Amino acid sequence: MEKNTKIELYTKMVLIRTVEETIAERYDEQKMRCPTHLSTGQEAVSAAVGLALQNNDLAVSTHRSHGHYLGKGGNISRMIAEIYGKEGGCSKGRGGSMHLIDLSIGFMGSTAIVGNSIPIGAGLGLSLKLDKSDNISCIFIGDGATEEGVFAETVNFCAQKKLPVLFLCENNFYSVYSPLSVRQPENRPIYKMVEAMGIPSHQGEGNNVFDVYKKSLDIISTIRKGGGPRFLEFNTYRWREHCGPNYDNHIGYRTEDEFLEWKKKDPILLAEMQLLKENILTKQRINSIAQVIKDKVNKAFQFAEDSPFPKKQDVFKYIYAGV
Amino acid sequence: MSREISFTKAINEALFIAMELDKKVLCYGLGVDDPKHIFDTTIGLQEKFGKERVFDMPTSENAMTGVAIGASIVGYRPVMVHQRLDFFLLAMDQLVNAAAKWHYMFGGQSSVPIVIRLIIGRGWGQGPTHSQSLQSWFAHIPGLKVVMPSSPKEAKGLLLSSIFDENPVLFLEHRWLHNQQEEVPEGDFRIPLGTANLIRHGTDITIVGMSYMNTEALRCLEFLKIQGISCELIDLRSVNPIDWKTIIKSVKKTKKLLVLDTGSETGSLAAEIIAKVSIELFSEMVVPPARICLPDAPVPASFSLTEDFYPTSYDIAKKVCSMLDIFINENDFKHSLFPHDVPGDWFKGPF
Repeated sequence: MEKNTKIELYTKMVLIRTVEETIAERYDEQKMRCPTHLSTGQEAVSAAVGLALQNNDLAVSTHRSHGHYLGKGGNISRMIAEIYGKEGGCSKGRGGSMHLIDLSIGFMGSTAIVGNSIPIGAGLGLSLKLDKSDNISCIFIGDGATEEGVFAETVNFCAQKKLPVLFLCENNFYSVYSPLSVRQPENRPIYKMVEAMGIPSHQGEGNNVFDVYKKSLDIISTIRKGGGPRFLEFNTYRWREHCGPNYDNHIGYRTEDEFLEWKKKDPILLAEMQLLKENILTKQRINSIAQVIKDKVNKAFQFAEDSPFPKKQDVFKYIYAGV
Repeated sequence: MSREISFTKAINEALFIAMELDKKVLCYGLGVDDPKHIFDTTIGLQEKFGKERVFDMPTSENAMTGVAIGASIVGYRPVMVHQRLDFFLLAMDQLVNAAAKWHYMFGGQSSVPIVIRLIIGRGWGQGPTHSQSLQSWFAHIPGLKVVMPSSPKEAKGLLLSSIFDENPVLFLEHRWLHNQQEEVPEGDFRIPLGTANLIRHGTDITIVGMSYMNTEALRCLEFLKIQGISCELIDLRSVNPIDWKTIIKSVKKTKKLLVLDTGSETGSLAAEIIAKVSIELFSEMVVPPARICLPDAPVPASFSLTEDFYPTSYDIAKKVCSMLDIFINENDFKHSLFPHDVPGDWFKGPF
């Protein structure tokens, strides 16, 4: 893997972390007045898959989509402005944190109902196939979505039509507060279930950004060459509460110890250690990357603060297209 | 040029024309290429336009609706069909949370030009889950367009407009209209969505009908004409958005309103139309507005239980006469010659 690729992966992760942690830090200001699902701890998958996809590859995502949007190269200022409910937001303040879009980089939309964007991603795949394009459609999902009926329906259709679709599942072991053990059978990994449904599937550790990148790139190129759909599952962990800016290890659905175990596998820390060891980055360079990104993120927040709110009378705008 | 064709032929013709005009138009649904071709509405399409654009699908109503949404946001115009409206209820998440919201929730950047054809069943024991007429549900959702053609000409003109509209359109076909014949213009003929159709001018009362209820209304109007009663009949055509201007203008003139609905009474479109018109024209109306709907019960299957379930042209006549305070003799009324559970001798079941 090229040095620059490694640095870019690392930088993307730091960007996502900085955005998420700044949101957490400033959430109490009460200016970001919408439910917000942070990706802190899960940055490796977003950065790696975002970089492995090409600009013209399409993607859809979920309620926890900040990382996917930023990883694919979505506009930061417009994302923050969206969370602020401003006219300058990527959805002009109509969607909020859970409805992000940046058509210029093929991020076609994230939606808030679990499983909702899965078949839409398959529809994108169908269009790419009909267009004889060599681009692919990536559907970001979590472990919970694989329990939805629409997931099974979509896997079946993609397999039957051999669509250029990547199902990218981040397994963070919890659906809100419900652990996998109360939701899925013991000893039946998700990727094995999908494999049995007719899509070649793989599983990997989701906190080593370089590994995730290599695996994703490899699988994406198979799909691009006409290999049909693939399912890729990565284990990872969200650090903060399901929805909101806080830590919630004390409320009883998971333990502090479990969290600390995963914190040791902090994807940014792991990458940093490796890059230092390989002499690709120095401590000094790491600090300067952090500073550049901090400035960038602060500017994005300033853009959001400065952007006007949508006009009250525009509440009926955009109900129908073509008017 | 126009010639007489059936409702199903009119649908088929509209699909041919749309697919010919725009190669981004797709047509899929369970059975589109099976030997029955959705009551012949999709016959010949696959032979002409190929298996990539016209295809059968897995029995996955929800996912396949999402597939249509996904294809539509990058330029395709999918036309999906379900042989019964009831089957489509599995797809409410995609319809309500995605299709209806997409243009709005992304600030107008991307839209969902899809058409979903839904067939409303009736009679021959279709029963509780094969004959629901849920247009009022759909009309309740901002962002959807909901269309109910009442004749072959309407079906062709409205379907072509629906396919080339930039929004998600639910196209509700009543099974009992499928065999109706009418003069239909040839070629690319379109009726704008959101406009009602003034079918008959009249002065004594405004009747607003929709879908198959217009057939019953027209039958009733013949009788009432002989009795010297002049009814204004409006075909709603589009139940979202509603053409309020046409309705209000008519009721201002006649000062009386009767609404005919194919759905059950509570929370119906008839309720909405009466509410809106009453709010606007309360002091001008000379009798309380009225509605004829289905009872608030699941539709039963049995021949005996359905006998009085669906209102007929005679029920409409009785209602009009009571609103106008006129006595009619039932013996003067020509009732349908067919059993109550079929639209005519063309329909021999099973669905």
